[in-house]
Order: sequence, then C-alpha cells, then structure tokens
Amino acid sequence: MSTPSDVLVVGASAAGLSTAEALRRKGFSGGITLLGDEPHLPYDRPPLSKQVLSGAWEPDRARLRTPEALDALDVRFVLGDPASSLDPATRSVGTASGAVLRADAVVLATGARPRTVAGQAGLGGVHVLRTLGDASALRADLLGGGRVVVVGDGVLGAEVAATARGAELDVTLAGPQRAPLAAQLGPLVSGVLGELHAQRGVNLRLGTAVRGLTARDGRVSGVRLDSGEVLPADVVVVALGAIPNTDWLIGSGLRLDDGVVCDARCRAADGIYAVGDVARWYHEGLGALVRLENRTNATEQAAAVAGDVVGGERSYVPVPYFWTDQFDAKLQVHGVLAPGAEVSVVEGDVAARRFAALYERDGEVVGVLGWNMPKQARQLRQKHLVELRDLTGSHVTATEVEKADF
Amino acid sequence: MKITVDEDRCCAGGSCVLTAPDVFDQRDEDGVVLLLDPEPAGHLHDAVREAAEVCPSAAITLSEAG
Repeated sequence: MSTPSDVLVVGASAAGLSTAEALRRKGFSGGITLLGDEPHLPYDRPPLSKQVLSGAWEPDRARLRTPEALDALDVRFVLGDPASSLDPATRSVGTASGAVLRADAVVLATGARPRTVAGQAGLGGVHVLRTLGDASALRADLLGGGRVVVVGDGVLGAEVAATARGAELDVTLAGPQRAPLAAQLGPLVSGVLGELHAQRGVNLRLGTAVRGLTARDGRVSGVRLDSGEVLPADVVVVALGAIPNTDWLIGSGLRLDDGVVCDARCRAADGIYAVGDVARWYHEGLGALVRLENRTNATEQAAAVAGDVVGGERSYVPVPYFWTDQFDAKLQVHGVLAPGAEVSVVEGDVAARRFAALYERDGEVVGVLGWNMPKQARQLRQKHLVELRDLTGSHVTATEVEKADF
Repeated sequence: MKITVDEDRCCAGGSCVLTAPDVFDQRDEDGVVLLLDPEPAGHLHDAVREAAEVCPSAAITLSEAG
C-alpha cells in the first residue's frame, strides 16, 4: 500500500493519541482525525486509581497533553460520538450521531470496557473504574465513608484497595487467588504484596471467588462469596478485568476473537489496523495471537502501526512492561513473570522491601521485577531482555504472557 | 528545543532512558527521571520526541518554539 493521504483513528485515548503523534513524528503530513466516544480530550487512565481517586490530583491533571501540544499536532478531534459501524472496503466509519468518516487508513483504538458481575447494572454504590467519570463517582462515594469491598485481586483491584485504605476507610479485598496479583507476580512476590496490604490494614478475603452482590432498596449491601458468606458493604468496586470493545465491528467482516485479530504488523485488513487494548495481533516470537492491556503497549503498538502506515513494514514484537504503585511499594515488571519460573533476587533485600529479581525458565531470563528499585530493574531488562522475539514458545506461551499482563 | 520533566508524574519505568540515554537517566534511589540535558543538540531531537511520546506517564513536555 502506498502512503495514505489521510488517517482516521477510532479512539481518542492513549493508543489513539499516540498513533497520531507517532505519525507526525515519522513525517506524515496528511490529515489525521481522532474520533472518541468520551467528551474529553485525551487523558491518562493509570492515575485514575491512584492520584485522581485519592484526590491528590485534580481530574484535569490526568490529561495527556497540554492544549498547545494538541494544537501543534494538527489533528481534528471528533469527540463524544461513539463509532457504530465500519465498512473495511471503503474504510468508512459510521458514528452514533449519524456521521460517516472516511480515510485511506483506519486505526482501531477503541480500547476495552470493565467486566461486571450479574446484578450490578443500576445498583447504587457499585462501581467500575475505567473513565474519568467512573473515578469521580467512586471518589464521591468513598468520601461518604463506610465499608468498601473491592472485588478483584488483580492490578486495578489492589491499587483501588490501597488508595481507599490510604484514605483510612474500612477496606476488604476479595478475589479467587491466594494473594493479590498472584498471576502477574508469582507466589513469592505476590505473597510479599499480600503481607503489605495486611499490615496496612486491608482485610484480605482471598482464595474464594465472588458469586454476586446483595442489595437493599436499590443499593448494594454486600458481596456474596462462593462459600455463601456475605461481606457487608456500603461501596463495592468491581475490578474483574476488561473486555475489548469490538461489538461495533460485528458484521464488518473483520475477524473478532477476544479483540480485533491482526497480523504481525497489526493489520486487520487492507488499510485497517488495530492498536492498544483492543488489538490481538500475531506475535512472531511467541508464534501466537496476543492481546496486551498495559499502558506502555498502547504507545509502543501505536508507534509500530504509525511506522507501517508510512511504509516501515516491521512486525511488532514488544517486551511487555507495566508498573503498579500500592502504598509505598513501586513495582516494575518487564517481560513475563511466568508461573513456575525460578525466581532469584539479584539486588537488594526482600525483607527490606527494596529488591530486584530475575525470573528464569529453562535457564533463560523471561522476566524482571523491581520492588522499589526501578532503575536497577530497567538495567536488568537491558541486560537480559532485549526482545521477546528471543523468547520462543518453548519458554513462555501467549496465554502466560496475557495472564501476566496488567 | 527545551525539555521539562514532571517528577511527580514519573512512573520510573525508564522508557526515556531506553529511548534517549544521552538526555535522560534515573535516580539510583527511586528511579525518578533525571534530566541530563534540558536543551539538547539537534541530532538528539528525534530521540527526545520519541521519548516524550512513549513516556507511559506523560511526564516529559517539550517546548519547540524558536
């Protein structure tokens, strides 16, 4: 395909904005339109569960770029108008308001939405956390005090529990794993994280799945566990992962299977790409389809797609990276902390809660973890994890990579 | 080009150091970004722009006026 004269990016969050920025940086001078379903200019989601939820930041501070930087980008924003249909043959996108936008290349960056539990819809006091509006609503409810139950023991759930506990609320964290982030960190480090939460006063109710919610007068009153026990709650946060936003693409002819299925260059069809949380692309190193939800993937995949749009033709083979901040712990995860990997602490001291560790499988390093040692973790990554291309499927599988992702 | 960094936003991932090691480093103790050269020479500008864009916490701001 020759270089397109214009590009339509469907999605105006981190992946969408990064696509536009990378196109300009790589010299693309054609028209760029960003179509977003939310009314806001691009903002960042990682602070929502931390600085915005705690009130340390005003919501405005979550914006990704200054107005001046967005002006300089020379991009047309169409906001508050969700995409509703795609015709890949003409590369036309229909919107909820009835508009039709067309471009030579279309980049799908519609992200993902929170998974919910049965009976959650319309019930007062129950929250998810994905958007700025979600964060404001949850913060308002937390300011009312009471018992908070967080459903979900992954990154988001553990961060929300830490933030709510930092506000001195009565917080319970419930989920099926033995420790928070067990799938992402492995047993040793997730155990240390569980100890940290317990020491800071979070009531951990782990090892039992959540069956549903109890309600009284239209408002949540508790969380029912598989054991039948009910945890009383005034506020419930459901953090059970996310579902890629592909419903609007049903009938488009694109292959949809837990995301928009793409080739190694993130192409879903001729002139159609996908980036970020919604993209499930063929990872050449792993020899399988992978979908990553971490923040860094949004920008790195956007840069790869922008490169392809302007004629680069390189396959996308990233080293996954995510971070999480909980209480005074800053964790950095590079690569994959695969289950059953041999963990060796190579710097610092676990007891002092400042250490860096290598995760090895078959004698190969597949992941690096830093606990309050970010610089050292990055240096270990540079030494041991040049590209996941080197990690063939014999060391880690695509499923393990996805499970270990944010 | 003039670079400013927001230490409070920095997530300490080190993406900027991977992208533009002549301009950015990290503090040993907490990994927060260290700006080695706030007004880098022209041959470094492309790498700095990429570093600002890939920063996962939007902690790097560039002023390209003048």
